[in-house]
Amino acid sequence: MKTLEQTTEEILRLAAQHFKIPREELAPGDDFYKKLKIDSLRALELITRLENHFGIELPDYEVQGVTDFRTLASRIQSRL
Amino acid sequence: MLDLSQYESLGAALNAGVERWPDEVCLIEADREQERCRLTYRQFRDEAYRIAAGLEENGFAAGDRAAILMSNQSKWLISAYAIFYCGGVLVPLDYKLSAAEHVALAAHSKASVLIVEYPIWRALSQMDLSATQLQTVLVTEAPANAEVGRAIRWEEFRGEKKAEFRTRQRQDPACIVYSSGTGGRPKGCVLTHDNYLEQCAAVTPLWPFWPGARYLSIIPTNHAIDFMGGFIMPFTGGGTVVHLRTLRPEYIREAFTRYKITYMAVVPLILKNLERGLRERFAALPAAKRRVLNALVRMNRAATRRRPRLWLSRMLLKDIHAAFGGELRALLVGGAFTEPKTLEFFHDLGIQIANGYGCTEACTAITVNDMRPFCPDTLGKPVAGMQVRILNAGADGVGEVAVRSKTVMSHYLDDPELTAETIVDGWLMTGDLGKIDASGHLQLLGRKKNMIVTAEGKNIYPEDIENVFEGLPLKEFCVFAANYLWPQRSMTGEQLVLVARVDPSQNPNGAMRSELEKCNQRLVPYKRISGYILWDEDFPRTASLKIKRNVLAEQIGRQVDRSAVQTL
Repeated sequence: MKTLEQTTEEILRLAAQHFKIPREELAPGDDFYKKLKIDSLRALELITRLENHFGIELPDYEVQGVTDFRTLASRIQSRL
Repeated sequence: MLDLSQYESLGAALNAGVERWPDEVCLIEADREQERCRLTYRQFRDEAYRIAAGLEENGFAAGDRAAILMSNQSKWLISAYAIFYCGGVLVPLDYKLSAAEHVALAAHSKASVLIVEYPIWRALSQMDLSATQLQTVLVTEAPANAEVGRAIRWEEFRGEKKAEFRTRQRQDPACIVYSSGTGGRPKGCVLTHDNYLEQCAAVTPLWPFWPGARYLSIIPTNHAIDFMGGFIMPFTGGGTVVHLRTLRPEYIREAFTRYKITYMAVVPLILKNLERGLRERFAALPAAKRRVLNALVRMNRAATRRRPRLWLSRMLLKDIHAAFGGELRALLVGGAFTEPKTLEFFHDLGIQIANGYGCTEACTAITVNDMRPFCPDTLGKPVAGMQVRILNAGADGVGEVAVRSKTVMSHYLDDPELTAETIVDGWLMTGDLGKIDASGHLQLLGRKKNMIVTAEGKNIYPEDIENVFEGLPLKEFCVFAANYLWPQRSMTGEQLVLVARVDPSQNPNGAMRSELEKCNQRLVPYKRISGYILWDEDFPRTASLKIKRNVLAEQIGRQVDRSAVQTL
């Protein structure tokens, strides 16, 4: 089973890929809205991509109010 | 459609709808691609009666207040119907607020009942609820093994006796709807049964419902547009409301074709997202197909400039309309300003975007574009029964928009002072600046009041967020809408700016900046300040030491410009 650090790293990599930003510009504690310059709908697109990658379903209420990669990773990790 | 003039209350009108179309489908609820339930009006009513019986048995009386706190779903509407059946006053709360904000509004509203979905209750039940007057809490979809504390599970809630319908009068409160104010001064708009019935009667000729018409409900139902478009209008016309338990764009797109949607309300953010997706698809077409598409779009644009011709648009641009299910009549957009070029994009495709202007204080819609002809740089003409005036107009015709109508709220809950400032001689002072053009269309050109509206239609008043910056080593501070300091004729890209009076010995650009950023991060993204300016004069204050915001704003606007803002 993946560790939280591995999950976080995969999320950062996929986010960088999806929004075409260098991976090294992203850090676990970053606010993904600000760093990726996205709105709430594009954030949901990212979450769908992550769901497909990790093979899980993350209900909308689980990501309500989540704004940083680290917290997002912990929500995903809890469903692995 | 029912003739609403014969009903004294929302409850009575909704009852009549249920009796008129008992076997028609009123609700479809899906979770992503899975349909979870489908209810006829008769089934909906039976479920609502059970909840109403339970409410009455638990002492819920006519005039009592009940809050609903859940994402869009069938139980939202069942709960609302039950509350109106009991003669109660509905307090629809925004499920996207924080737990602390939910507690503050529940306390302010003095709701005695809370109907809440489990994930929200899980957080709320950890809070101190002693400031609220909640006696009965109903929780929905709690897992079988979950601890629900003092709440009663939805499926177990019932009464021994059949619920009794309680009549209300048109001037009685129907809903208390918060237009803002979770951190400062809550603005609970008390809207009457008359407000809602008059509003519904005014707008349904524009967007009628009938058995088989389907509304896709994605904007939170506490928002005026979805409450009207996704509940009152369909239910008084025999229509169907479709709920998706997700806001994922891919499931919304799929829902159009699966459920052959007739109407959907959106905020500008969602419309722009749809536009972006369509433009990407068009750009990916082979060159020859793109040329054909562009030619058809030009033909449609020319043919529909004076008025919509849905049959022609559907014929010319069949594939595009098929992607929207083939039955779409209009996307209703409001809550915030929509850029004209976005409206033009959809209009050229023959997809009607019914944009308009409204506010919670006026129930829902004040003006609406009826597309006859298409005027993308305006917000349309006043809806039936609405009077709109421009006060203190300058030489350019721009002044404050004032509104008078039977849809204007009764008052702000427990705030006679604010009510008296806002409703003057029967006219609602909107605080928005605009003008009416020669064809009677309204154009909005700025705000008089110190607030912003986000692309998701959220009203943010600076007082709502200032408390998050308390405790910082600032002599004084104040948050303003940037356009309040430096007025400009634009309704997009609105931002909040913090003005800080610091002690000269502090290091404003080092520690102060990072402290401000930390506080800012505690706010949800759409409430955050975009930057700050440093001010080296004491803030002007009243005798009771309240900051004279308008005087301070005027001083700042005179002495510095936007370049003084240090971006966070």
